[in-house]
Amino acid sequence: MSEFVLKAATLPDGSVADVKVSGDRIVEIGQGLSGGEIIDCSGLNLLPGFVDLHTHLREPGFEQSETVLTGSQSAAKGGFTAVHAMANTNPVADNAAVVEQVWSLGQRAGYVDVYPIGAVTVGLAGERLAELGSMNRSIAGVRVFSDDGKCVSDPLVMRRALEYVKAFDGVIAQHAQEPRLTEGAQMNAGAVSAELGLAGWPSVAEESIIARDVLLAQSLDARIHVCHLSTKGSVEIVRWAKAQGIRVTAEVTPHHLLLTDESTRNYDPTYKVNPPLRSAEDVAALREALIDGTIDIIATDHAPHPSESKDCEWNAAAFGMVGLETAASVAQMVLIDSGKSTWMRLAEVLSHAPAAIAGHTEQGNPIAVGSIANLTLIAANVARKISRGTASKGQNNPYADLELPGEIRHTIYRGYFTVRDGRLAEDGRH
Amino acid sequence: MRHLLSTKDLTRDEAIALLDLSDEMAQVNERGLRKLPTLRGKTVVNLFFEDSTRTRVSFEIAAKRLSADLINFSAKGSSVSKGESLKDTAQTLAAGGVDAFVIRHGASGAPQALAERGWTDVPVINAGDGTHEHPTQGLLDAMTMRERLHGFGSTRGKALDGVKVAIVGDIAHSRVARSNLYLLKTLGAEVHLVAPPTLMPRGLGLQHYDLDETLASVKPNVVMMLRIQLERMNSAFFPSANEYSNIWGLTEERFARLSDKTVIMHPGPMNRGLEIASSVADSPQSAIVRQVANGISVRMAVLFNLISQERQIHE
Repeated sequence: MSEFVLKAATLPDGSVADVKVSGDRIVEIGQGLSGGEIIDCSGLNLLPGFVDLHTHLREPGFEQSETVLTGSQSAAKGGFTAVHAMANTNPVADNAAVVEQVWSLGQRAGYVDVYPIGAVTVGLAGERLAELGSMNRSIAGVRVFSDDGKCVSDPLVMRRALEYVKAFDGVIAQHAQEPRLTEGAQMNAGAVSAELGLAGWPSVAEESIIARDVLLAQSLDARIHVCHLSTKGSVEIVRWAKAQGIRVTAEVTPHHLLLTDESTRNYDPTYKVNPPLRSAEDVAALREALIDGTIDIIATDHAPHPSESKDCEWNAAAFGMVGLETAASVAQMVLIDSGKSTWMRLAEVLSHAPAAIAGHTEQGNPIAVGSIANLTLIAANVARKISRGTASKGQNNPYADLELPGEIRHTIYRGYFTVRDGRLAEDGRH
Repeated sequence: MRHLLSTKDLTRDEAIALLDLSDEMAQVNERGLRKLPTLRGKTVVNLFFEDSTRTRVSFEIAAKRLSADLINFSAKGSSVSKGESLKDTAQTLAAGGVDAFVIRHGASGAPQALAERGWTDVPVINAGDGTHEHPTQGLLDAMTMRERLHGFGSTRGKALDGVKVAIVGDIAHSRVARSNLYLLKTLGAEVHLVAPPTLMPRGLGLQHYDLDETLASVKPNVVMMLRIQLERMNSAFFPSANEYSNIWGLTEERFARLSDKTVIMHPGPMNRGLEIASSVADSPQSAIVRQVANGISVRMAVLFNLISQERQIHE
């Protein structure tokens, strides 16, 4: 059983302490601890291991884009100890067999806990409910369901799904996109789309679905989780819904916190993403909502694609961008370096809250004696220039060549170093 | 100028120089022997991913008048219909030795991708991309306005300062409108856009919904009508052809209220009786046929400019 002491690490509350890990647990926190290997962590911020509620791992079916192994490795590099694999694989994760397959691929990889998300409807077609209960009762224990990439747009199907998953405290994660309002849409509707002649994607296509869904959730006293909020109006609806006591949670992606539709001006499909990059005003509203708690979590929507899916004209290109290895840097920029929030909040939005939404007891734990040792150590004072290539297979990296703050120094997954001194472990934890 | 992707990229001096060169080409086109040896041995590829007889033929004539070899590539029945990418198609054709690509593509930004993504290093001329731009159309429209407003033979070096232009129709989906808007503004003109609110893009130009009110108050020197696509009715942009014609069409009644100096233009192909009355299109104030002729001159000027400059770079 491995034993080590993280010496003089800075905890989220700002205090400095030694943290001793034995096996897969934190066994002691204090000063002057010893026993096992001593790892100098002075100047490093110790955080609970990050939990991504929205990850596209592409396997089974799209292994040229990503595999559970490469996606898990990229996640570990980004300080994550758990990811949630979206259901839009081939075959679709709409039954117990596929979610169990993804679950076991995650176990075999051993870099993070891979929790499959089940599809809400059969084949993501939006018509008939998938076997949500069977997926929940499978060894994968699915509790988060989403047709992400597609919206559950039929109000009756959505209503039934919200109600049905109450049987096992499940949650529907909605990709809010009114399909009729976004036919052929390519980018945010606004002055830039008018100029570029690209079909616009109006904010109201997102907001009208969120408004409908929070009202449905209210009428059923059900939980609803909103994926990748991208507009100021969506923030206002969620803020209103929370004030009414509606059980809604919301996520924002790193790219919607950092980039705007100005990036699309040269028609580089690296910046083509769903929902689209919005205006500077939207970005400001999303940042504020993340700080004030209207938005609960950061989720990456990591969406790797092979180069041929992006090395083409804009309309022909695939939607999506990678994001696992830069999420913490964007969070640090928005919450810490802005001087507007705290490391406690960063731990909340990247770890405690996403784990709570998905109902996990072994992820997102506080840094306390007895907790599972899922931990991340960040060198916050380092600025790094982002390279295009990452541990992910996806090269569609919108952060390439940007300078971002913070560097993941160590990632500890259930007591095992998946990343040590910034280097990925050759093997996963087994 | 390395490529012609957008009129937005043109400076005032560049635009005027291109128009002056176009006027010189027009003189060639009016001679008995309409051919220059300028681009002998050069190869121009017409890369057309969308059907467009008018623009394709215009570029073809322009290239041939300059003695260039021309290859017509159209997507139908080609490897593109079997799923070949734009990159591979362009590189395959370029491998045979090409001096300029003329590209028409349904996706906005495709010419810019071809020019700037490192797929090829030859000059790229945008012959219309999606709902983005159609720069040679903008240039031929400006050339036509100069002729009509300054008079033949006295256009050299002149811009369009103070000229009022009304562009009427489906602005939102019009590459012609965008190319005209940017170029005419660069040349000093005042551009008014008139459209139903559903076909008016946000943030572009001076916007009006009421055609009658605009014609009466602005008193435009030029009225440019755009083709309306009836398929737009399926997406509920407007209710019927009849209603569109009544409210936003250049009918005989509306035409009669204009000054007899007002120049009428249309990029074609026209829906006679829909956005423009037939008699208006055929009236002496109409410059529509002249626009087509000027298209050849402008395209000769652009091909000459880009390919001869290319030669200077390499020699």
